[in-house]
Amino acid sequence: MGLFNRLVAKVRGTSTASALDWSEIETELLSSDLGPSLVTELLAAAKKMRGDDAEGAIKEILRSKFSDKSRALSEGDGLQIIVIVGVNGTGKTTSVAKLATHLDSQGKSVLLAAADTFRAAAVDQLRTWGERIGIETISGKEGAEPASVAFDSAKRALEVGANFLLIDTAGRLHNKSALMDELGKLKRVVEKVAPISEVLLVIDATTGQNGLTQAKVFSEAVDITGLILTKLDGSARGGVALAIESTLDLPIKFIGTGEGATDFTPFDPEKYLAGLLA
Amino acid sequence: MFDSLSSKFAGAFGALRARGKISEKDIELTTVEIHQALLEADVALEVVESFTAQVQSKSLELLSTLQAGTNQAQAIFDVVNQELTEILGGGARRIRFAKKPPTVIMLAGLQGAGKTTLAAKLAKFYKDQGETPILVASDLQRPNAVNQLQVVGASVGVPVFAPEPGNGVGNPVTVARDAIAFATSKLHSMVIVDTAGRLGVDQELMSEAIAIRDAVSPDEILFVVDAMIGQDAVRTAQAFQNGVGFDGVVLTKLDGDARGGAALSIAALTGRPIMFASTGEKISDFDIFYPERMASRILGMGDVATLAEQAKKAFAGDSAKKLEDKFLSGEDFTLDDFLEQLEAMSKMGSMGKLLGMLPGAGAMKKQIENFDESEITRTKSIVQSMTPKERRDLKVLNGSRRARIALGAGRKVSDVNALVDKFTAAQKMMKQMRNGGSMPGMPAGMHAGMPGLPPAPSKTVPPAKKKSKSGNPAKRALENGTIS
Repeated sequence: MGLFNRLVAKVRGTSTASALDWSEIETELLSSDLGPSLVTELLAAAKKMRGDDAEGAIKEILRSKFSDKSRALSEGDGLQIIVIVGVNGTGKTTSVAKLATHLDSQGKSVLLAAADTFRAAAVDQLRTWGERIGIETISGKEGAEPASVAFDSAKRALEVGANFLLIDTAGRLHNKSALMDELGKLKRVVEKVAPISEVLLVIDATTGQNGLTQAKVFSEAVDITGLILTKLDGSARGGVALAIESTLDLPIKFIGTGEGATDFTPFDPEKYLAGLLA
Repeated sequence: MFDSLSSKFAGAFGALRARGKISEKDIELTTVEIHQALLEADVALEVVESFTAQVQSKSLELLSTLQAGTNQAQAIFDVVNQELTEILGGGARRIRFAKKPPTVIMLAGLQGAGKTTLAAKLAKFYKDQGETPILVASDLQRPNAVNQLQVVGASVGVPVFAPEPGNGVGNPVTVARDAIAFATSKLHSMVIVDTAGRLGVDQELMSEAIAIRDAVSPDEILFVVDAMIGQDAVRTAQAFQNGVGFDGVVLTKLDGDARGGAALSIAALTGRPIMFASTGEKISDFDIFYPERMASRILGMGDVATLAEQAKKAFAGDSAKKLEDKFLSGEDFTLDDFLEQLEAMSKMGSMGKLLGMLPGAGAMKKQIENFDESEITRTKSIVQSMTPKERRDLKVLNGSRRARIALGAGRKVSDVNALVDKFTAAQKMMKQMRNGGSMPGMPAGMHAGMPGLPPAPSKTVPPAKKKSKSGNPAKRALENGTIS
């Protein structure tokens, strides 16, 4: 029986629920990375519940944690610039490629900017993806200033009249303030050419409560407009994403579920909840 | 990392220390606090429960044997320290070398854990110890993983065996097998196999990992895990253990602010020790993981052992000896010596990391993280802009000389003045120390052994020296608020 069904069964038969059962459910909830505070809140509410509508009620509590902001990419006339940021190894470059594939399949013209000039071969990684999808990748010399690459690519995107420019940035740990400042600079420089429509933060579903800190600090450095949750095809349930939605009011816009270019879909809250409580 | 865990522990023990006589109730309260702190740090519930149960029962047992008046809180602190070392994996274990070279090390882990970077760090680490490693590009999955390995391999001067271009082309098992034959024929003493990132639940990729393992029969399989991983660490580690299996754990991205609890649980749950830790993007940001040192860091006792070790490595025997002689003979400590020290210090790694190892570093966390590393370069540039005469005798520095130095170093005259003032003060302090006076701010009793200064064991000298000199740039940066 899945966690959710067990939780519902528990609520229905409140009279028979022993403390031991509750702690078992608590363990399960904690193991989905929802975080201690959300778990405590959920359990407190569930313990008070009576009656048949427990199922609906519990889902409702979780649903209420979602952000109300739009999950669609912002659309508009002219060039849409999307900057992809995140800590090291969350899957930024892969996400950029997948997002490009997604937009390309909708008939949009897309350009990629390889502003991760730090990690060895990151530029080539993006370029390889670009060639596979058949779209242009703008890059500078190795070790080039990321802001300058981004600036050039924005100019180029305007020139060719692209619908979207996706800027891949280097992974950075959010507690390195110099690197976070670099990100702020990239944003300011690009905005001299054209406004940035989205800054998406890539969060690895296997991340624990640190994901919340990542989202907070990145939001302070650049205005994050949404999340991409990656590696949801593993055993991790990505509960921290819900914690981020509820604490920082940031919507998850896309999820990554594999290594293929098409393993990428717009976020579906209901499916996510089902997976979370499976 | 571990800082917030560290401050929680400090809180729990602060309360305990404040008590004269500790009751059973006090111990219970302390363990409840520890329980909470560990949970918030993503430590797996199972590990938390067994840890707190151990601490509680051992403390209670100990309490009955402790006389009131002896330091009970310290005794209980020791119990926690011991248990913490235990869950971190007990004593440090080193790589098992093959009886007949090459020693084969295979890396496995989730995508994005940092395997490729780690492969290079590991290769550099053993190359410096006289091994002749070769890196093997068996990650043929991720676009340009092969290329990345070649780049990092070149940067550490280690050859890379990469017969296949990757990007989905080639068979990783064949590559791994050929690599062993190649390494044996070229007499490489160590083979490090980088594999593709895979999820614990992906059966197909897991059997590929098993096939690579069977093809190369590694002496060590290292599970590489991101310190930021959450509760999934437990499931993933178990899946890898049941799948390809592993002998040791490597923690990466330890320089973040993750509390790392889940990663720590891996050692406790799988019984496999954490063997290495990677703490930054530079190739040298890597070391053997010492559980007892990490435990003291978590408990706010600092990591003086590592600090001393690095100091010893950086301050090559000669210059340390020279300085010691100089100090004893009563000669003045000059800016030339200072420059030499600064250079040795830069060899030790970043100031931020060094400061972080000092006891009580948790309290200055913010300043340490934002420590401006280029401050050292700036200080060096000022000294380097002086003539040899000026370096020997600061008294000749008149206004025009100072202006010239500032111009040469690209700094303001006030920066030159500040350095000169601080250095003069440091010189004075050293004279006082030599004369048996006590250093301001030094605990009483510290100078008890100083009068006449019997030849100190040279081992202890470098850290002491480091302290007086590092004080300058470090303190200044902290005072200035550091952000440039």
